Amino acid sequence: MSAEPLMAEVDHAVDADGHDHDPHATTTGLSHTKLAMWVFLGSECLLFGGLISTYLLYKTRGNGRTLPTDVFDIPFTSVSSFVLLMSSLTMVLALSAVSRGEPEAGRTWLLATALLGGVFVGGQVYEFTAFVREGVAFTTNPASSAFFTLTGFHGVHVSLGIVMLMSLFVASLKGKLTQRNSETVEIVGLYWHFVDIVWIFIFTVIYLIPAD
Amino acid sequence: MAITEQPPLELGPGDAVRYAEKPLGVFTRPQQGRGWRDWLSTVDHKRIGILYGASAMFFFLVGGIEALLIRLQLAAPEGSVLSADVYNQVYTMHGVTMVFLFIMPLAAAFANYFIPLQIGARDVAFPRLNALSFWIWLSGAIFLNTSWIVGGGGADCGWFCYSTNSGVAFSPSHGVDFYAIGLQILGIASLVSSVNLIVTCLNMRAPGMTLMRMPVLTWMLLITQFLLLFALPVITVALFLLMFDRLFDAQFFNPDAGADPLLWQHLFWIFGHPEVYIIILPAFGVVSEIIPTFSRKPLFGYEFMVFSGIAIGFMGWGVWAHHMFVSGIGPISVAAFSLSTMFIAVPTGVKVLNWLATMWGGKLRFTVAMKFAVATVAMFTIGGLSGVTHSVAPADTQQTDTYYIVAHFHYVIFGGGVLGLFAGMYFWWPKIWGHFLNERIGNWHFWIMLVGFNLTFGPMHILGLQGMSRRIDTYARGYGFEFWNMAATVGSLLIAVAVLLFIWNVVKSKRDAPHLPLPGPDPWDSRSLEWSIPSPVPVHNFDTVPQVHSRDDWWHTKYAENDEGKVVRVATAEEAAQTGEATGVHLPSPSFWPLAVAVGLPLIGYGLIFSLWLALIGALVTIASLYSWAMEPVDDPDATHDHHDEDHEDDKNEDDQAGGHDS
Repeated sequence: MSAEPLMAEVDHAVDADGHDHDPHATTTGLSHTKLAMWVFLGSECLLFGGLISTYLLYKTRGNGRTLPTDVFDIPFTSVSSFVLLMSSLTMVLALSAVSRGEPEAGRTWLLATALLGGVFVGGQVYEFTAFVREGVAFTTNPASSAFFTLTGFHGVHVSLGIVMLMSLFVASLKGKLTQRNSETVEIVGLYWHFVDIVWIFIFTVIYLIPAD
Repeated sequence: MAITEQPPLELGPGDAVRYAEKPLGVFTRPQQGRGWRDWLSTVDHKRIGILYGASAMFFFLVGGIEALLIRLQLAAPEGSVLSADVYNQVYTMHGVTMVFLFIMPLAAAFANYFIPLQIGARDVAFPRLNALSFWIWLSGAIFLNTSWIVGGGGADCGWFCYSTNSGVAFSPSHGVDFYAIGLQILGIASLVSSVNLIVTCLNMRAPGMTLMRMPVLTWMLLITQFLLLFALPVITVALFLLMFDRLFDAQFFNPDAGADPLLWQHLFWIFGHPEVYIIILPAFGVVSEIIPTFSRKPLFGYEFMVFSGIAIGFMGWGVWAHHMFVSGIGPISVAAFSLSTMFIAVPTGVKVLNWLATMWGGKLRFTVAMKFAVATVAMFTIGGLSGVTHSVAPADTQQTDTYYIVAHFHYVIFGGGVLGLFAGMYFWWPKIWGHFLNERIGNWHFWIMLVGFNLTFGPMHILGLQGMSRRIDTYARGYGFEFWNMAATVGSLLIAVAVLLFIWNVVKSKRDAPHLPLPGPDPWDSRSLEWSIPSPVPVHNFDTVPQVHSRDDWWHTKYAENDEGKVVRVATAEEAAQTGEATGVHLPSPSFWPLAVAVGLPLIGYGLIFSLWLALIGALVTIASLYSWAMEPVDDPDATHDHHDEDHEDDKNEDDQAGGHDS
């Protein structure tokens, strides 16, 4: 056949019966779970893309009432953004510790990551209540609906990440998070870093670029 | 969610016994082979494929009845079968049902059943997630249809549900709420399934099965999964906005508050146009398998077929606004989207010409499957040509919202998609069930369906050009619409007869099967790997994982060139095929948790509409089930191996053959 293979053919150790004796051999070399997470995150890009576009379309549509941009507290949100970004660092340290076979250190960093994420979500709750007090509620105008939906979706994503981190933490306490399955930490880490990167976009596009 | 999938919740070798009991004390871990319960807990990709197919055919009947109601209403002027209000609900639910509950799951049935077989795998990458996709899809489908009973009627805003028509003011019943939440549930199912199948295609190919040796059906299904992966989140956003508007008073689609109703149209069609290719590409794949087989020639221009499929997949993202030419998007947008729409006809045309070139000079055998496949190409070409007329914006402006559009997309979706999938059913029926569908009844089915289809949708071109609007519940006498509407109604009844014939064929073929010769592994002398194993497919698929040496590997196992360069048969299918008698193949264990997770989701849906307490219960069910799932070991340590199990010393190695059984 004339076809050039698109990908290098993976040489499996296949014996005469076709028995494949390498349990972890996959065609791409990535584990199924890790590949699945990457694929899923690709889908998430479009989800946040849609929400960010919606906000950009509506950000000046105040219907004569207060806009989210009028009540932003940039210094406060900068601090909570910094906290969230730092949680990516602790996530990396957690993975590093688990894969080096240091479960206690891994546990500590997992907990630290979850706590930093919790501080971020707490900051968001505070921010939301402050905005409502200042007259920007979910139903105030298209701009506020779009703002709360976008940041709310992101907050839910962070919260789900915290649930995953705490699940890992509990698994680790029970001694089930070992060097051997450190890839799970890596996969949760992929999700966590993705959520962080999305926040960099949201913070820049929503908070820092002024409405005209 | 990946966290539910593998370590750390996977057990180390010594831990097994501790978790062998029921994880949360609710269900005993199901074992294989216990009648109907087996179907509820199955994680076998073939059974899940059959479940998808059977449920899709059920909803085909539901959507078909809705279609017949529409045609009865419009058969004559001033029809009074349905009130205007019910008519709105019926045509909306007809569209939603046919798209989301019939064609997409039927394509999913083919994807589930044949992707693993065609790439030489024992199952998909995440068997339990696969079950989850099906059960979530089914729960969403049932949820959507319960709006007839508890929601005060179906959605009444058209399947595209344009704002502001979809707002509470113009759609006061709960129909649109059911639409918004139901489609989100269906979206979760498709998203999970697309991730699963993409990983399967990329990661589980048999040794030697490079991407450019994959059968075209698998290629087209893979592209479809990517389209689903990227299109679904966009409509999810739109549906969330709609739901927030209707249930929680958000302002996304309230023009009085300065909102822009076009936002919905953009979000919907950014999903909606790739959706067209999500519907048609699986049928293209099916046709690309059938035509070479019955022409006894390899597919002409395999690379072109694959890359034009990929090109369609990419370009499908750049044409959405041709659905919106009359919405005032401005001359530059209109010109740009006109051009991109004309361009996307190119890869589609490449495919049509390649099918013709495959048949050219071939030794054609017109079985029912081949007839359906050829009809697919012909009917799709008609629909494609009327599609190109829409890319010309001035013409489209004239045709928008007329029956010409209805004619066009039915030629594409019914003429392309549905006929193509029927072709696939006649082709693969012996592989799935171990007996043929009756060719004589199949012939009647084919011809009546083809004539009925053309009689139904052909006249709609004329009606549209005469100016008959779509979505009107009736029309007055004297516009010249009477004759062609009656013709279309007669045609739709013919389609109904054809569908009944198909059902009769299914029943009769099964009843006659014991008296007829068995099809054997390879009844059509075909080309891809699924024909190298027995029919029906054994539960473990392949006795040994095949080693692939070339494209159309199975064909080259049977045929080779002799010294004079002539192609001669070197082995019969029976000699070359696997026997299906392997023992000790470890299969992923069944699980009830996917079903339990899926049960929670519609409860959340009802709860959002009627009472948040119900949503809380649904959420608890779902979360508890997800955690139980995570705690349940991937493979039941107590499970016996599959049907002819013996004690194997190298148990561990045998386990691994199931190939990434980590869901």
